[in-house]
Amino acid sequence: MQTSRRGFIGGVSAAALLSGSVAYAQKKYDNGASDTEIKLGHAGPYSGPASAYGVIGKGIEAYWKSVNDAGGINGRKVNFITYDDGYNPAKCVEVVRQLVEQDKVLCCFNTLGTPSNTAIQKYMNTKKVPQLYVATGASKWGKPKEFPWTMGYQPDYHTEGVIYAKHILANIKEAKVGILMQNDDFGKDYLEGFKEGLGKDNQKLIVKLSTYEVTDPTVESQIIQLKDSGANVFFNIATPKFAAQAIRKAAEIDWKPAQYMTNVSASVAAVLKPAGFENAQGIITAAYLKDPTDKKWDNDEEMKTWRAWMDKWMPGANKGDANYVYAYSVAFLMHQTLKNCGSELTHANVMKQAASFNKLRVPLLLPGITVSTSATDFYPIQSVQLERFKGESWELFGEIMSAESA
Amino acid sequence: MPAFPKKWLIVLLVLGVVVPLLQPVLPNLVSDYRLFLVSTMMIAAIAVLGLNLLTGFNGQISLGHGAFYAVGAYIAAILMDQANFPYWATLPFAAVLCFIVGYLFGLPALKLEGHYLALATFALALAVPQILKYKWLEGLTGGVQGIVLNKPEVPFGLPLSEDQWLYYYCFIVMVFLYWAASNILKSRSGRAMMAIRDYHIAADTMGIDTALYKTVTFGISAAYTGIAGALSASAIAFVAPDSFNFFLSIKFLIGLVVGGVGSLAGSLIGGVFYVLVDNSAQALSTFVKNDLGLQFDLSAYTVFGILLIVLMYLMPMGIAGGVYALIRSFRRAAPVSPERSAPAATRKPAQAGESH
Repeated sequence: MQTSRRGFIGGVSAAALLSGSVAYAQKKYDNGASDTEIKLGHAGPYSGPASAYGVIGKGIEAYWKSVNDAGGINGRKVNFITYDDGYNPAKCVEVVRQLVEQDKVLCCFNTLGTPSNTAIQKYMNTKKVPQLYVATGASKWGKPKEFPWTMGYQPDYHTEGVIYAKHILANIKEAKVGILMQNDDFGKDYLEGFKEGLGKDNQKLIVKLSTYEVTDPTVESQIIQLKDSGANVFFNIATPKFAAQAIRKAAEIDWKPAQYMTNVSASVAAVLKPAGFENAQGIITAAYLKDPTDKKWDNDEEMKTWRAWMDKWMPGANKGDANYVYAYSVAFLMHQTLKNCGSELTHANVMKQAASFNKLRVPLLLPGITVSTSATDFYPIQSVQLERFKGESWELFGEIMSAESA
Repeated sequence: MPAFPKKWLIVLLVLGVVVPLLQPVLPNLVSDYRLFLVSTMMIAAIAVLGLNLLTGFNGQISLGHGAFYAVGAYIAAILMDQANFPYWATLPFAAVLCFIVGYLFGLPALKLEGHYLALATFALALAVPQILKYKWLEGLTGGVQGIVLNKPEVPFGLPLSEDQWLYYYCFIVMVFLYWAASNILKSRSGRAMMAIRDYHIAADTMGIDTALYKTVTFGISAAYTGIAGALSASAIAFVAPDSFNFFLSIKFLIGLVVGGVGSLAGSLIGGVFYVLVDNSAQALSTFVKNDLGLQFDLSAYTVFGILLIVLMYLMPMGIAGGVYALIRSFRRAAPVSPERSAPAATRKPAQAGESH
């Protein structure tokens, strides 16, 4: 009796297990997925004018190596195929076609650059292959109605611009804003957001707009112009090298406006240190990632894990380069997406899972910032927090702000 | 360079027409992607041919043909985007406008020789992407954002895929342009162009209007490259200033030198080389790193550079010149009827640009 009962229970549980495994075995694969492998495609600038961003691709590659080393995703190894497009949109079209048609990837992931992604967006959406978590801060990647196969990642420049404008309006009386802007899509996105944030009536607050080209050697003359315009607020829309030059020059000519700087140049090691900490006090920026060069995070668990990971998987790489933090965080999100797909590794399901995150904590985002997406919300990270430079590191202040509240 | 043997030309043309139609039989070998790649090779071959007309046949050096390529691409893109032109109708406009730009640029270029001309064209290549971003032109060019276009649609309800059609479209244009170029070179004007290249002063004393020929050659060369640019706008379906950086001009020059300066067949080889080696250099560098397990990061351009050096060392006349020299030495070694081999032996070693 006893034994048969036990046998009965055993049989039932075996049946339950079996039915469970039957449900689990309902596998569906599109191109780029199989029982043993998931193929991901990537294109980035390993050469050319934007090759500083090439480390993102290398960081992501190392991430998948570490995932594969730990057994892969649901037993499948990630085959990460990455090509150099030299930041050239025409070349990007070519290599992405190779990824989709020859290599037959499950999805393209974190392709880099606004022009390059614009060039492939229509193609990816005609082919119905996901173009996920693209590495650009332009505001046009979250349009599920027109482009249901394209999704961005980081908070967009436009929103950030709005946030600075609101902060200026709320905190500075009789603001006269001088803007230094890199003359490209990056600069213009910020400027548009900033103008929108000021509102129509306050456009006149911008007293001077000086631009520079990414190929210029310095921005010194622009800073002198801005000072001469009598501006008391300085909005610094520049990439790291120029941002540092601008801060230093402003101090040299004794111009002391309230300074706002974009998140792109918020690195302590790459910008604020060369600019001189004494010149950088009080600068305000918005952040969503932890800065690896900021001493404040030295005892942070996520940062410690990341540093240990870097030592193991990217030995010799510069741990002060925020691009590696970015790469780690975005690859983590892709990892989660693929995990959630289970064994239904189809283009459609990847897209569906990417659009079903609810307050997912991604390591190395600032405390309190999470990833949420939905069928109508294709902006994974929409929150930033303002921070002010004090001493030798950034000090967060105020609430976490998201696009809606901005 | 000898004329391309007729029978080979016909074989190539027939292959060019037939191979894409094999797609239903060999879907993996003749894939859409490969056809697209061959289309980009043909586009590059047209651009290199344009540069060859100027450098190889007229002796003027240009480091700035990427600029004409960009102008052609933008003219096509703007016409399609703003004026709803069909894609094929943009080619003549691109050709004419680029001819004018090239002709006008050729005027001051008359005063510049050799390195100085190279520098002036270099400046042009650097300036054009910036001009495209200029705010007065932004309404037309879309500034840094560029212009998104549609791919050429298959006409007359032909049962072809988009890429098959793109292939034929580029193929037709390329064959026509090569035919036209070979006719120009065979004509009086062609001989005048080459005479100027070979000995400027002698050409002058023989009554050739060197100024006219040089500027017109500049214009034609620009028009060819502009057409290639317009084709590329259709093929990529997107134009942006970042697509036309300075390196593009250098790549045309590399294609030209590697293919064979002053050779029509060489331009074709140069176009193929330009696309193929760029891609395989990258594949090679990942192969070295991942499969051979060597722990140094060879950038694709390093591999590209090494390949170039090796090639220049082995085939200083370019691939076309090298292959021709090989065939000749092979023929000389083989017993051929004396009447046939005699003139070949007295001929000068495949001198760049002896076109017939």
